[in-house]
Amino acid sequence: MVKRFLYSQKVAPYVFVLPFVLVFLVFWIYPLASSVGMSFQKVTLGQEAQWIGFDNYAKLMGDKTFFKAVTNSAVYMVLTLVILIPFPMLFAVLINSRLMWGREFFKSSFFFPALTSVVVAGTIFRLMFGEMEGSLINSILGWFGLDPVKFLKGQATGYIALVALATWRWTGVNILYFLSGLKSIPDDYYEAASIDGASSWQKFTRITMPLLKPTTIYVVTISIYAGLAMFIESMMLWNGNNSPKNIGLTIVGYLYRQGIEKNNLGYAAAVGVVLLAITMIINLAQLAFSGMFKKEE
Amino acid sequence: MKKELAAKIAIFALFAVICLLILIPFYAVTIASFKPGEDLIRYGLNLRFDVSAMSLDNFAYLFTGDHAYFKWFFNSLLLTVVQVALTLIVSATVAYGFAAYDFKGKNMLFVCVLLIMMVPFEILLLPLYRLIYDMGLMNSYSAIVLPGVASAATIFFFRQYLSGVPKEIIAAGRVDGATEYGIYARLILPVMKPSFAAMAILNGMNSWNNFLWPFMVLSDDNKYTLPIGLKTLLTPYGNNYDLLIVGSFFSIIPIFILFVAFQKYFIDGMTAGAVKG
Repeated sequence: MVKRFLYSQKVAPYVFVLPFVLVFLVFWIYPLASSVGMSFQKVTLGQEAQWIGFDNYAKLMGDKTFFKAVTNSAVYMVLTLVILIPFPMLFAVLINSRLMWGREFFKSSFFFPALTSVVVAGTIFRLMFGEMEGSLINSILGWFGLDPVKFLKGQATGYIALVALATWRWTGVNILYFLSGLKSIPDDYYEAASIDGASSWQKFTRITMPLLKPTTIYVVTISIYAGLAMFIESMMLWNGNNSPKNIGLTIVGYLYRQGIEKNNLGYAAAVGVVLLAITMIINLAQLAFSGMFKKEE
Repeated sequence: MKKELAAKIAIFALFAVICLLILIPFYAVTIASFKPGEDLIRYGLNLRFDVSAMSLDNFAYLFTGDHAYFKWFFNSLLLTVVQVALTLIVSATVAYGFAAYDFKGKNMLFVCVLLIMMVPFEILLLPLYRLIYDMGLMNSYSAIVLPGVASAATIFFFRQYLSGVPKEIIAAGRVDGATEYGIYARLILPVMKPSFAAMAILNGMNSWNNFLWPFMVLSDDNKYTLPIGLKTLLTPYGNNYDLLIVGSFFSIIPIFILFVAFQKYFIDGMTAGAVKG
């Protein structure tokens, strides 16, 4: 009887998706709900939790270190968007054009950095951006007669190191995204445009860019997410979660510091909820702005 | 035509320069793995190619020295294999449920799959940490494998792939008297084989390079994975730099070999999430 029930066409789909439902409830919904709950409590491991209403959030609003972390994450996100969307798009168009020599070779060598772990890449970049005269970046500056820079001790130069690491690791991946988007644009469009006497630039702005929009939206969405949630890159460059004057502190870094290092779980949960809210708002705004919702109607 | 040739040369030159910039860090770490660690402390990571300062000492130390590197290496290998195998089979099963049937609540559940892809995992770090602690799974590989076993991106990819598989296979299976599960195991899984390669690579790369969550839940250095182990070598005193650099270099090699051999699958896997235009 039980067997016939489990084997029926009505029940089978639920059996198939059951693992997802379990993982979703246990490892996503429950932690998410408990995170929201914890953000209204004072929680210290080993002690009874206490309800304190919006106190954590009120404290956050006056927390200068938290705003420093939000600024850093936001600047990092904006810089990665400014670099990692237009350039990979342009490179993909060039790779796809018939003027390209060595297409496959360049495609793979641009992709190589994505194969390294953040730990290995971060270690290499930490050493490359070392403050000694002989360190890679400083020795290159030396060729141009420039003085060595203490990259990881200044705010602007710290951002440069972080963004350089992100650019190095993700340019090739984003090129691949745009290349797969370009594949779906029919050649006839360009031929028709040529007959009408359109220039290459006109073809790019009138045909390529509009038709790449779904790909662009996807890449922007994951970049916003990755930018705001960045943490390990900073942890590797500064070898830990502490940087001079918090120049490398990110939102997730602050969450980690409060929750794990200071055992202040309720406060850290509030940081997490704010991060979730920021990510959701920016992404929904971005999707609404680009007309994603209209298209589906 | 002259103009075209000039454009070709210009584009090639541009790409050659960028390619060089991208390869510099690899070159630097390769060179450094042949130099003593104290050089790194004294002069920094640099581009100097000086044969007289280079030796195979670091490699000798890597393979014969008294350290835990290969313990970490094989831990990572084991964890990657187990995690990929479980994640693929579970995610494929779930994807089949979504692709082959119409059932109540299907759309809502699928929205949940998409939702997971949009919520930063980092937000869940602390509550998940507490949950794992309460479940008594601290310091175990289950703590790393279980939360990701129904991977949203993988489910999404498999579902897309299955939507291209003709429904007649399922109907024919039913006519032949196969059970719903028999149809999946004996008729559908073999058809899905090509899509497994791309997802194995994507999940394998993520698992091999995964750092933050394993770093939080593993406390026993016998269980450390390679990224965690390498991170412990990065001390302010630089006393482990011999092993750190050669170890970092060596950790990239297996993925490079896989990449060169299975390039197409890497690209399919990495771009799997991108929406079709």
